[in-house]
Amino acid sequence: MMEGKTLATEEKLEHSSLTVEKFAYDNHIVRLFVIASVVFGIVGMSVGLMAAIQLFYPAANLGLPFTSFGRIRPLHTNAVIFAFVGNAMFAGVYYSMQRLLKARMFSDFLSYFNFWGWQAIILAAAITLPLGYTTSHEYAELEWPIDIAIALVWVAFGVNMIGTILKRRERHLYVAIWFYIATFVTVAILHIFNSIQLPISIFKSYYVFAGVQDALVQWWYGHNAVAFFLTTPFLGLMYYYLPKAANRPVFSYKLSIIHFWSLIFIYIWAGPHHLLYTALPDWAQSLGTVFSIMLIAPSWGGMLNGLLTLRGAWDRVREDPILKFMVVAVTAYGMSTFEGPMLSLKNVNWISHYTDWTIAHVHIGGLGWNGFLIFGIFYWLVPKMWGTQLHSVKLANTHFWLGTLGMIFYALPLYVAGFTQSLMWKQFTPDGFLVYSNFLQTVTQILPMYMLRAVGGALYLAGVFVMVYNLMKTAYAGKFIRNEEAEAPALQKNYVGKPNEGWHHRLERRAVMMTVLVFIAVATGGIIEIIPTMLVKSNVPSIASVQPYTPLELEGRDLYIREGCVGCHSQMVRPFRDETERYGEYSKAGEFVYDHPFLWGSKRTGPDLHREGHSKNRRSDSWHYFHMLEPQQMSPGSIMPPYPWLLESSFDAEALKDKISAMRTLGVPYPEGYENQVAEEVKKQGEAIVQRLKEEAKVKTSADKEIVAMIAYLQRLGTDIEVKAEGEETTNTPE
Amino acid sequence: MFKYYFEGIKNVEIFPIISLIIFFTFFLGMIVWLLVMKKSYVDKMKNMPLQSEDEPNESKSFLL
Repeated sequence: MMEGKTLATEEKLEHSSLTVEKFAYDNHIVRLFVIASVVFGIVGMSVGLMAAIQLFYPAANLGLPFTSFGRIRPLHTNAVIFAFVGNAMFAGVYYSMQRLLKARMFSDFLSYFNFWGWQAIILAAAITLPLGYTTSHEYAELEWPIDIAIALVWVAFGVNMIGTILKRRERHLYVAIWFYIATFVTVAILHIFNSIQLPISIFKSYYVFAGVQDALVQWWYGHNAVAFFLTTPFLGLMYYYLPKAANRPVFSYKLSIIHFWSLIFIYIWAGPHHLLYTALPDWAQSLGTVFSIMLIAPSWGGMLNGLLTLRGAWDRVREDPILKFMVVAVTAYGMSTFEGPMLSLKNVNWISHYTDWTIAHVHIGGLGWNGFLIFGIFYWLVPKMWGTQLHSVKLANTHFWLGTLGMIFYALPLYVAGFTQSLMWKQFTPDGFLVYSNFLQTVTQILPMYMLRAVGGALYLAGVFVMVYNLMKTAYAGKFIRNEEAEAPALQKNYVGKPNEGWHHRLERRAVMMTVLVFIAVATGGIIEIIPTMLVKSNVPSIASVQPYTPLELEGRDLYIREGCVGCHSQMVRPFRDETERYGEYSKAGEFVYDHPFLWGSKRTGPDLHREGHSKNRRSDSWHYFHMLEPQQMSPGSIMPPYPWLLESSFDAEALKDKISAMRTLGVPYPEGYENQVAEEVKKQGEAIVQRLKEEAKVKTSADKEIVAMIAYLQRLGTDIEVKAEGEETTNTPE
Repeated sequence: MFKYYFEGIKNVEIFPIISLIIFFTFFLGMIVWLLVMKKSYVDKMKNMPLQSEDEPNESKSFLL
C-alpha cells in the first residue's frame, strides 16, 4: 500500500541512483555576524542607558548636540534593532539555513557582501544620526542614500537565500525557512514603500506623503518592522534552535504551519493601532484593532508550541542556561503578544498611549523575546562552532539572572510610571479643572521610576558583558571550525512529485512559488489598507484657513526634525476632555495636509506642542529663547535638555529655495517663482522676531540664527485653527 | 464615514468581499490540508532540525 510506505523510504529510493556529494558549511560568516551582533549590542544598549540616565539627569548629555536625547534616541533604537538584533538574525539564519537545506550558501560573495554592507550601513547610521540627519520616521530615520544601501544589501541577502534554496539537497522546506522567506519579502516591501522620499540634498529629503497618509504609511511600516524584523525571523530561529537545544522535535509541526500562515495574513493589517484616537479615519483605526485582537490566536499558538516542545524535558530547564534563556524568551513573546492586542483596544490605548507603558511593552519584546533568544542561540552556537564545551555554565546562569532582574527592574517601574502619569494627566478637580495643569508636575512625579529603569538597563547590560567574557573564554579553549564538512545525496533533477501528494507539498517544494504566495498574502493587507487612504488625499476634509508654512517656519520645522523633538513631544491632541482642556482644540486631519513628514510623535515625555502657538497657550518669543538656552530656568525641575547651539548657529537660507520648490513638487501650493522671494520673506519674519526679543528681554540676536527659525515654527503651531474660531473655516466636500 | 472615504474608488464594495473570500478559502484550504496530512510527512518535517548533522556533541547536553 502506498500509505504504508514512509516518506523516508521514498526519499531513499529517490536518492538511490544518485551519488553522495561532499560540501562544507560556511561557519565563518556566522562567526562574523555573531561578533558584530555582540559588539553593536553593547554599543546600542550603552546608548540606551545613556538616554535613560538623561531622563532624570539631563546633564548626562555632555552638553553636546551629538549626544542630546533627541539624537541618541533614534541611535539607540536603530542600533539595537538593526545592529544587535539584525546581525544576530543573520547569524542564526546563515547557520540554520545551510543545515536545513543541506547546502553551503549559494554565493560566498553575497554572504560577505551582506555582512560588510550591513556593517557599513550601521557605521553610516552611527555617524549621521548624532549629526542630526534624520527623516523623523521612527525606526526608519536614516536618510535616503542609506535607504538605498539598505535595499541593495537586503536584496543580496534575499538572492543568496533563494539561491541556496534552489540548490538545496533537501526536498522539503522546514517551517523555519518559510519564516525566513516571509521576512525577506515583507521587509523589502515595507522598507521600499516607507522610503519614498524626494531628495533635496545628499542628506536631506522630504517624504512624498503628508499628514494622515504619511502617518498611516509610517505605522504600517513601523508595526510591521516589529512583526517581520523582530518577530518572524526569530520565530524561524525558535523553530530551529529550541528543538536543537532541547534535543527533541517541535511539539506540533501542524501548529507551526498554522502559526506561519496566520501571522503572514494577519500581521500586516494591524499597523493603524498605533494611531488610535488620532486624526486617522476611524475605519482604519477599527481595522487595526480588529486584526490586532485576531493576532492573539496565532501568537499564543506559537508560544505554546515552543513551550510544549519542552514537555518531558522541564527537568533540564532547571540546569541548562540555554533552555532557561529560551523559555523566558518564548514567555516574553507570549506576554508581549497578549499585551500588544490589549494596547490596541481603544479604551486601553486611551490610558497607555504617549506614556512609558509603551516603552515597557517594547522592552519586554526587545529584552525578553529578542535578547534572550539571541543569548540562548549564542550560548549554543559558539561551543558548537569552536568544537568545544561552554567555558562556564555558572557564568551563563549569572548572565541569565542579571538579565532577568534587569528586565524586571526595567519594565515594572515603567508600567507604574505609565499608569501614574496617564492618570495624573486625566485627573480633574470637582470644579472641573485639571488637578495637574502644569505638565511638569506629572513628570517630576515619575522620576524615581526613571532612575529604577536605568538600574534595570545597567543590570541587563552587565549580563551581556558576562556573556562576552564567557563566550571568549569558550572560543579560546576550542578551535574554530571555519568550514564544516558535510555530505548529502543530491536531489533528483526534474523531480515530478509522487502521485497523490497534497498541493502544499508541491508548493512548499517550490521556493519561488512560496515566495510569490507570501508576497500576495502580505500585499493584500497593504493594498486594502493603504490605497483608500492614498485616495483620501482628494477627500480629506480640508480646512481653508490652513496655510503652507512660511520659509522661516519650514526651516524651524526642519530644525525640530534635526533635534529629534518628535521623540518627546507629540503634535496630536486627541479628542478627550483632559487633552482639549490642557492643549486646546483637538487635532484634525485637514491640519496636516502640508506636513511632509507628519510629526505626530508617539511619546509625551514633554507636553504636546500641536497648539503651542495658539493664543490659549502662547508664550512670548523671549520665553522660548531662554527656554531653549536653559529649560530649567523657565521651568524649574524640567528634564528637557538645553539647546544653546540653536542660539549660536545660523541656518542656510540659500537651501530654503530648494526646500520650497521641493515642497511645491510634492503638492504644497507655493506660487510659482516664490523661491525668489524666500530671502526677503525670511528676513521680514525673522527681523520681527528679533525685534520682539529685543523689546521683551533686551536679547541681541540676528534674523539668520537657528533659534529665530525655531521660534517662528513653534509660534506658528496651532494658529491655523484660530482663524477657524472666527468663522472663516470652510470644509470642502468631495464631488 | 466609512463610505465617504471610499467613494473615490470604483466598485469599492468588492474590496472587503474579495479579501474575505481570499482569507476564508485560504484558511479553509489550510485546515483541510492539515487534516489529511500524512503522519509520516509530519514526522519527517518535525525531525529535520535534529537529523541534519552528526556532530560529536550533538546527542548529549553540553553540561556533560
